[in-house]
Amino acid sequence: MRYNWNWSVLFADPYLGWILTGLGWTVLVSLCAWIIGLALGSVIGTMRTLPSPVARAIGSAYVEVFRNIPLLVQIFLFYFVLPELLPREWGRWLKRDLPHPEFTVAVVSLGLYTACRVAEQVRAGIATAGRGQASAGLATGLTLTQVYRLILLPLAFRLTIPALTNEFLNVFKNSSLALTIGVLELTARTRAVADYTYQSIEAFVVASVIYASISFLIAFIMRRVEERARLPGTLGTGAR
Amino acid sequence: MITLEHVSKWYGATQVLDDCSTRIEKGEVVVVCGPSGSGKSTLIKCVNGLEPFQKGVITVDGTSVGDPKTNLPKLRSRIGMVFQSFELYPHMNVTENICLAQRHVLKRSEDAARARALELLERVGLKSHADRFPATLSGGQQQRVAIARALALDPIAMLFDEPTSALDPEMINEVLDVMTELAKEGMTMVVVTHEMGFARRVADRVLFMDAGAIVEDAKTAAFFEKPKSERAVRFLSKILHH
Amino acid sequence: MSSFDFNVIVNALPLLWEGMQITLLLTAFGILGGLALGIVLAVMRLSRSRLLGFIAGAYVDLLRSLPLVLLIFWFYFLVPIAVGHPVGGFYSAVIGFILFEAAYFCEIIRSGIEGVRRGQVMAGLASGLTQAQCMRLVVLPQAFRAMLPVLLMQSINVFKSTSLVYVIGLRDFLTAADLIGGRDNRLTEMYILVAVVFFVICWTASHAVGRLERRISA
Repeated sequence: MRYNWNWSVLFADPYLGWILTGLGWTVLVSLCAWIIGLALGSVIGTMRTLPSPVARAIGSAYVEVFRNIPLLVQIFLFYFVLPELLPREWGRWLKRDLPHPEFTVAVVSLGLYTACRVAEQVRAGIATAGRGQASAGLATGLTLTQVYRLILLPLAFRLTIPALTNEFLNVFKNSSLALTIGVLELTARTRAVADYTYQSIEAFVVASVIYASISFLIAFIMRRVEERARLPGTLGTGAR
Repeated sequence: MITLEHVSKWYGATQVLDDCSTRIEKGEVVVVCGPSGSGKSTLIKCVNGLEPFQKGVITVDGTSVGDPKTNLPKLRSRIGMVFQSFELYPHMNVTENICLAQRHVLKRSEDAARARALELLERVGLKSHADRFPATLSGGQQQRVAIARALALDPIAMLFDEPTSALDPEMINEVLDVMTELAKEGMTMVVVTHEMGFARRVADRVLFMDAGAIVEDAKTAAFFEKPKSERAVRFLSKILHH
Repeated sequence: MSSFDFNVIVNALPLLWEGMQITLLLTAFGILGGLALGIVLAVMRLSRSRLLGFIAGAYVDLLRSLPLVLLIFWFYFLVPIAVGHPVGGFYSAVIGFILFEAAYFCEIIRSGIEGVRRGQVMAGLASGLTQAQCMRLVVLPQAFRAMLPVLLMQSINVFKSTSLVYVIGLRDFLTAADLIGGRDNRLTEMYILVAVVFFVICWTASHAVGRLERRISA
């Protein structure tokens, strides 16, 4: 294998700037999508455990649809297809006037996809927290809403911290798909650096190190959080 | 037949067994009791080498358990063990559970293993359940199968690790009956249990443990009539009067 | 939008089928290769050797922290440099998928084996089985039942994630549909078709796995 190593090119103008702004977009897309995913996912996961059959049906339909279509296809559906299917006025607004269209579509579709995965974790957490807890709460005169707010959801979130951390890491990695509709995030920028400089190995090594370090950092922090949140006297779900 | 000489064991810095010595003769039934966390289960798991120990010597029928040259699988196949949570293999039916070690350790033929299994199932009153899976049996039934599984290897001694602790009260007696029967036939038995009625009726000797040490080692009658140590008195008063 | 045109789809079927064959081939390589390498890694992680365990652990942690898209690019650029001539997107994608999925398969296998209760091992050892016999006769059969549904679910994920080869222009199902849609100006029909096809296949498969899981645990 013949290959001319040249690490310094990565720190030269403009490539260092590309990689850093790419990282910025990756972080921004991930965080925004995560907020949508966590909020919507909690609602949908909760719906799937409610007594109402309608709520359950809506919740499970959502999860089935978003889980069984590849994320990349979902992004294309939102970016290319949705404006065509909506009423003319709305479609025109989406195509012409939506601010930062690539970024917004990436965040929304990644958020909606993440929501279906978060929903499954939240539902499992509530199921583990248990019917017994719910009956105990109801027996003391709490309303169903109070039972969820005061007992089931706090327990479910504690139980699912490791799983939710994992989902956040997934969002972080999945944000790379935003490059397909033109968001210049870290992977897109890395690819561009590789194309321009022909130093592809160096570029990909740097990107890999950045992704891995951030993943490890998040995993490390969340393990601390989980230890804090762990219920006294239990091993917690994150224990090996 | 089983001797323990100055056995000590540590988990990291915590000492869990403290200089334990005793001798169990052929045909003897010894009950080990004591508060939870006193090291009873750990002690009997040392006897067949499931738990390693750092100091002392344990011999079974002349073979040293702690000796690295000892063929542990062979030694273990000669000592039967029954666990608190049964530990039947969930992916095998009752007969297969009893045949597994017969086939793979003793190298018995399929037919011989089966015949022995059915014989033992008859003895524990579960012949009609030979083809059932463990999960479909009650706790008491599972534990009787586990006893049959241990007996199938024709052991020279049996270890029982709290065999009735995981059972509902109405199932305890069916298991104790099988054990009593076994004791009457002259099996050498070491039983960790809180069932003091069983101990009084069946045991020849009682070992009382506390904080990893054997505090009392006495004939059954002597132990229950006048225990020597303050700790045993307190333990008995808690467990007998409620 | 202009009315939905089914003729577009009918005319595109031969090209779409070619794309689907690439997708299925990638999936098959990803699952089989990933599983084979995953088993090796799991054995390394569970072995008594600290060094082997560390190597496998580091590999798994690293690969699981990287986006698949990045990995696909990695091999798209790296493989030609390594072998000295262009090899085409398909082979580099296959290598990327195998290395990536192996990390996930390894963890499924490892946690399946570690999920078997310690008491089961004790019971096996107490009856005189050797460590190896205990693994083969008691632990692995139980572990396999526990991990089979998870392995199948992961296989469905492999199928879905093959669509990412779009980024290197390899003509899988999605890329074929995208090319046709772009050519005939019928992207709407094409993307909806792709979504429906993926949905039907994945939904059917994951429900079958769900039924299998319930049968195993019953």
